[in-house]
Amino acid sequence: MAGSSLMENLFQRTLEDLIKGLRLQLIGESAFLSKAIDEIRREVKSTDSDTKANAIHKLTYLSSLHFYDMSFAAFHVVELLSSTRFSHKKIAYHAASHSFTDDTPVLVLITNQLRKDLTSTNELEVSLALECLSRIATVDLARDLTPEIFTLLASSKVFVKKKAIGVLLRVFDKYPDAVRVCFKRLVENLESSESQVVSVAVGVFCELALREPRSYLPLAPEFYKILVDSRNNWILIKVLKIFAKLVPLEPRLANRVVEPVCEHIRRTGAKSLLFECIRTVVTSLSDYESAVKLVVVKIREMLVDDDPNLKYLALQALSVVAPKHLWAVLENKEVVIKSLSDVDPNIKLESLCLVMAMVSESNVAEICRVLVNYALKSDPEFCNEILGSILSTCGSNVYEIIIDFDWYVSLLGEMSRIPHCQKGEEIEKQLIDIGMRVKDIRPELVRVSRDLLIDPALLGNPFLHRILSAAAWLSGIYVEFSINPFELMEALLQPRTTLLPPFIRAVYVQSAFKVVIFCLNAYLLQRGNAASSSYIDKLVPDVPGLVSECDEPESSDLASCDSPVHCKQDEGFNPRVLNQSFEGLLPEHCGEETATRGQVSASSSLKDGFTHESIINLLNRVELALAPLTGSYDVEILERARNILCFIELIKRKMPDCLVQKEESLGREEAPASQIIRLMHNAFSNDLGPVSVSAQERVPVPDGLVLAKNLEDLETIFSDVQLPSSNSVSLGSPQYEDRAGFSLPILQSKEEPGPSNESTSLLADHRKQHGLYYLPSAKNEDEYPPANDLKLQADTNDGDEDLVKLTEQFLVSKKKPNHAKPRPVVVKLDGDQVHIAANPDRKEDLLSGTVRDVLLGSDTNHTSSQSKVSTKSSTQRKGKDKLNVDSVTESKENLGDIEKHDQGNPSSRKSKHHSHGKGRRHKSPGKKGDEREENGQKVKQKSSHSHSKHKARQRAEVPLNVVALTPGIPDFLL
Amino acid sequence: MGIRFILMVNKQGQTRLAQYYEYLTLEERRALEAEIVRKCLARTEQQCSFVEHRNYKIVYRRYASLFFLVGVDNDENELAILEFIHLLVETMDRHFGNVCELDIMFHLEKAHFMLEEMVMNGCIVETSKSSILAPIQLMDKMS
Repeated sequence: MAGSSLMENLFQRTLEDLIKGLRLQLIGESAFLSKAIDEIRREVKSTDSDTKANAIHKLTYLSSLHFYDMSFAAFHVVELLSSTRFSHKKIAYHAASHSFTDDTPVLVLITNQLRKDLTSTNELEVSLALECLSRIATVDLARDLTPEIFTLLASSKVFVKKKAIGVLLRVFDKYPDAVRVCFKRLVENLESSESQVVSVAVGVFCELALREPRSYLPLAPEFYKILVDSRNNWILIKVLKIFAKLVPLEPRLANRVVEPVCEHIRRTGAKSLLFECIRTVVTSLSDYESAVKLVVVKIREMLVDDDPNLKYLALQALSVVAPKHLWAVLENKEVVIKSLSDVDPNIKLESLCLVMAMVSESNVAEICRVLVNYALKSDPEFCNEILGSILSTCGSNVYEIIIDFDWYVSLLGEMSRIPHCQKGEEIEKQLIDIGMRVKDIRPELVRVSRDLLIDPALLGNPFLHRILSAAAWLSGIYVEFSINPFELMEALLQPRTTLLPPFIRAVYVQSAFKVVIFCLNAYLLQRGNAASSSYIDKLVPDVPGLVSECDEPESSDLASCDSPVHCKQDEGFNPRVLNQSFEGLLPEHCGEETATRGQVSASSSLKDGFTHESIINLLNRVELALAPLTGSYDVEILERARNILCFIELIKRKMPDCLVQKEESLGREEAPASQIIRLMHNAFSNDLGPVSVSAQERVPVPDGLVLAKNLEDLETIFSDVQLPSSNSVSLGSPQYEDRAGFSLPILQSKEEPGPSNESTSLLADHRKQHGLYYLPSAKNEDEYPPANDLKLQADTNDGDEDLVKLTEQFLVSKKKPNHAKPRPVVVKLDGDQVHIAANPDRKEDLLSGTVRDVLLGSDTNHTSSQSKVSTKSSTQRKGKDKLNVDSVTESKENLGDIEKHDQGNPSSRKSKHHSHGKGRRHKSPGKKGDEREENGQKVKQKSSHSHSKHKARQRAEVPLNVVALTPGIPDFLL
Repeated sequence: MGIRFILMVNKQGQTRLAQYYEYLTLEERRALEAEIVRKCLARTEQQCSFVEHRNYKIVYRRYASLFFLVGVDNDENELAILEFIHLLVETMDRHFGNVCELDIMFHLEKAHFMLEEMVMNGCIVETSKSSILAPIQLMDKMS
């Protein structure tokens, strides 16, 4: 056996051979490596420790650089750990710290080996064990080895001591009770004469304080001393980080710290320290004007430096300081804007952030102009960053900074046309959102939508499809603001719409339906009005009052489209309308344009737009375009296309007599067709609006209504639903009842019979499919008040004044210079802000609680909790017992307390006083703590209910928590 | 945690040293290294040495053919990390004498021990070259 292992060893490849082989291999890297792994699997089982060590050495290498799993060798690593040869031990420890995790089963086997090495006389072995422990310590290891680490904290060798301190971070993490044992020695090391030791200790405190700073407030005097005295930049940086966390908790600390920090800024030549000081000031000392001024000077120096690193960091610092001291950014405006075209994308992003920070109501237009220009020039990625930040800044808090929505809406249109634009979804969302929230802007929205829809080139860009979907929807729902519905129809039906995905095409079809209804209705009305032309004259002055009345919507539309600007655009567009079906219309358009020069004749001019011929053309055109869609595979398209086609068929059949009748009897008796049209029109002209997140909560649950918790039984209900019912049931709002009056087969199939339960579930389905037209939170949209019900609307707009203002603005808000225009009403709901609740980490609580406990020196409680714990688990007690032996000072202190505890009541006031008397010099007087104890206890019980078994500790935290908040703590410092 | 990981990667994107201070599975490590290397190696000399990645930052510096990449928490001081990288390179330089990629490849363990002297639990614990190298030299003597 010995012979064979010798042979094995002799011919075994070393790591060096392996690396060389890997560089020269010809069989492919992975083949070579898997061969090597096979070899290692064999070697690692060898009884020869050299062979084993070598195998593990190679395996660690492959695992760390080539991601080979080495968990299979875990046991062999443990075997090797116990080797007496240092070179083997070294390899084993390295392998263990590289590959062991909390779940490694063999971890339980190494406790004794680690203990042995931690107490070894060879400081290199101790160091190896400490290093390894700092990587792999588990709860058990940390608990069991705490006594050894405690001993090492007092080691005379700096080399060992600093590592013992370093390992504490992991030990505290895993086993917070170790704090009770080791914390005192850790704190003592802050005042060590060895700067290496101080450095490690500060590093540990820095990490601890970053997680939960409050507990370390009592140590402020120590940190302050280091801040003033130390000349080691590494240490100073850490201490500054600690203060950056402590200062916000204790304002008076800032007073003391600000001067030393400024002193460092003036004195230091090290950029890293300077930058840390800057960061400390901008994050935590930004109330100190002089310090901020000093810092801004330094930031400026960094900004203009050639080093891109300094520039980047300076920009970052500026964006931190921006919310409180915008002047600092404005002072450096040129550099910031120039950085938008830096070679470094990171710098560009930072400067973009800063530019957005400068945006306000007054300059949003100019800044966006500049940014859009940059977006046009930059690469796709940054272009979209720019667009994204414009959208989010302008859209934040319900378009807070936007005054001129006309401008913003056309900006959205412009942004859609930027070639790299990939923000379709966000633009879509905002377009629809604005449409619903800002009434006054709808004409402009329709105009922008029209411009997008009629451009066939845009259909080719998939990133724009969502925007086009919004545009189609907007021009359908607000078709009454359209200057030229025929042209709109043409755009909606253009051949290139085949490029759209089905769900967006369905939106197009539905919008076309709305346009058809609108045109027919307008035509009918106009016929009626032609008969009594005085009717129109009477209507025109009243326009604003009628905005939302659905009976005569066209009157307001006409008013809205009478501006000459629009007509000029119309003129420009006309030649592009190539379609033969509209040829008949062209002359009329020309006539219309000349007529609309005079505003008064506006309504009569458009009236000419709807001739019998043009309507028939329109219907034919729609039929022609949609007929192929009845063969569509997409249900949404198919269904909607058939809706329109059936409707048109119905109307066409009735059309002739409707016209005749109209002309003859002055519209007194309405023909069935016009009745249908009117009903349909009413159905579509109901206004949609935003719904508050909390809207549903406000709807009282009717008595006797039992809501099912889950909807599993829906399946069975659905099977019933399939049956068409002759008696259709309304959804609860009047317009549906109207619709039910006539029997279009398709329409009926869409309506659902059965109780409201099912209808809501169908709505939910619809919502899932067409989520974009619902506001995020509306669970049930039939609670939204019918838009044309003036009274209800006034309610949602918080009061009638809003409505008055709204109508007034309708008059005023015609084309006028930007700044003179008042901000239109933006519907805002209480649910528009979402707040997130943070949940604190339980483990951190445990650790920081223990730290506070120890820092404020309640020894009584600590021992009592210790003994409580130790009665619970025997392994723990083993550790504890040992500990008391190890620490002479501690045990002396503890002894009395334990006795007291044995006598019974560990939490009596007496013992508390006693413990306070023994505490650290700068801690608050015990009486204060006692006085507030009652209060504190209540608070505390809430926060630490998670470990109610540690009753004693809870009590211990009480005075301490109070102390942390009362002026008591830094009395030494202040 | 401070420092989360330290990587040394050559120009071709091959990892030469990887030291993690938080636990990641091998798969996570592989993915992370690939992402980071792709991100950092594409950057030019004129660009800054900091890259934001997921929820932390990477501070990197290039020495000859080798990139030193350090993943740090967001509140870590970038310039101090750059100094740390420089210190690491100087330390290796002193030990190996004009350190190059091959030195690290063939003495990976030694490089790890140097790192262990310098960083513990993600905290920088030692910044003096001679203190870092003393135990390494001692180990050399022992074996």
